[in-house]
Amino acid sequence: MTDALNLLIGLVMGLNLVALASSRITSVISWIALQGLALGLMPLLIEGHHTWLVWPVAVATVALKGFLIPSLLRRAMRTVHIDREVRPLLGYVPSLLLGAATTIGAVALGAMMPLLPEHAHVLLAGGSFATASCGLLLMIVRSKAITQACGYLMLENGIYLFGLLLIGSTPLLVEAGILLDLTVAVFVIGIIVDRIQQEFDSLDTSVLTTLRE
Amino acid sequence: MITALHAMAQFALAVLIAPLLPGLVQVVKAWVAGRRGPPALQIYYDLLKLWRKGVVLSTTASPWHVAGPAVAWVALATAALVIPAGAAGAPIAFKGDALLFVYLLALARFCITGAALDTGSAFEGMGAAREVSFAVLGEAAMITALLALGLATHSVSLETMLAAGGGTGVALLAAGLFFVLLSENARVPFDDPNTHLELTMIHEVMVLDHGGPPLAVVLHGAALKLLLFSLMLVQVVWPLGAMPLALSLPMLAGSLVAVAVAIGLVESLLARLAFRRVPLFLTTAFLLCVFALLVTRGRGA
Repeated sequence: MTDALNLLIGLVMGLNLVALASSRITSVISWIALQGLALGLMPLLIEGHHTWLVWPVAVATVALKGFLIPSLLRRAMRTVHIDREVRPLLGYVPSLLLGAATTIGAVALGAMMPLLPEHAHVLLAGGSFATASCGLLLMIVRSKAITQACGYLMLENGIYLFGLLLIGSTPLLVEAGILLDLTVAVFVIGIIVDRIQQEFDSLDTSVLTTLRE
Repeated sequence: MITALHAMAQFALAVLIAPLLPGLVQVVKAWVAGRRGPPALQIYYDLLKLWRKGVVLSTTASPWHVAGPAVAWVALATAALVIPAGAAGAPIAFKGDALLFVYLLALARFCITGAALDTGSAFEGMGAAREVSFAVLGEAAMITALLALGLATHSVSLETMLAAGGGTGVALLAAGLFFVLLSENARVPFDDPNTHLELTMIHEVMVLDHGGPPLAVVLHGAALKLLLFSLMLVQVVWPLGAMPLALSLPMLAGSLVAVAVAIGLVESLLARLAFRRVPLFLTTAFLLCVFALLVTRGRGA
């Protein structure tokens, strides 16, 4: 079980880097959706917590992170007719290398954390830091609003991973709250993206820095 | 005496069968495209034809134009001496031959690019510049892969490093090495061996001005290089060195054919990458090998 879980966390960390290296926004959304599916499987694989509660959590995570949120983002994409980052603030090779360095650092940091003995051999803490910081990186180095929303999703995936460590004591109440917030936030971003497009003819957030009447 | 004979026979076999591998790739490509392609032995015919031809030298060419390919071939053939072939082992194995292997490949590249620059043509210079700039990333990936193998087996001899397979990070390592194989051998996502547009190709453009026996030597060297990388990839995936001889050698042959088929399929199904995307994919190969190294280290600690 631990091995399968670690493999899934490895997959999630790999997907972080793949998303950082993809130039097409649709493929970034697909990678994030795949990451959501992998995260949905994890509550089932955590040892020692096989209450009935893990099933609704898994189903809700897969439905929201794997299908609903990506479909909202894809709909926003269709309305604005853009398909790739033309001028990222940081090139793909540097952002990939930076992401990899962050991942390695995060896993090292996770290994130093004073965790419970049953979590000692699971990469959850390291994977959580890695995913959160890669999400942050994605938000910083890309200029289109939708990619930044993807970075935000990745950041939340990292928080979700950390929440899995506490699945025994706080049965994902916080998670459920965040997930709900997130869905609303993506919904709002979808609308805002549409408005930005109508108003400014561009989704480049770097031109949205001055206030006007 | 027996070992010397054995080593010589194995080396001769490697030199003989090397051109079969790119021939098989051609057959697979023709089959996927639904046409009747050149036979699998076509490269042997090409080599024979080239060997009988004369050499035309440009006025700027120095003796290095002919000597470069020859030295490169010798370097690659020497590298074929230290790479193991399943349970049969390597013809020559000693402590540190993994480093020699890396440097021999680098020497071969230096000689080929040197000979390309020597023709005095702008195209060859461009190809040489591309070859070495992509090699910077490809070599980093390969050295990291060797480091991971060395860390897993506590050895710096290719024979023991490759005997046990890749260990825990084998999937990462195999993916990284396959990327390196494709890039180092000028295969499709990185370079197109069929194109003759000087502006888009890497390896072919370097040898445009070579003809006759020097070109034959370059072609055979390229085939040997493909064999070397395939042998390495195959033995990282399967622990062939630890198997009995009767099982190991058929599996080795089958896996080499599988690698050729995989290359053929990749060439048929993928388009060549845009030039500026190539470093990204080579960086990915490097990172795959780095993570394989870290997984090996994490398991070992």
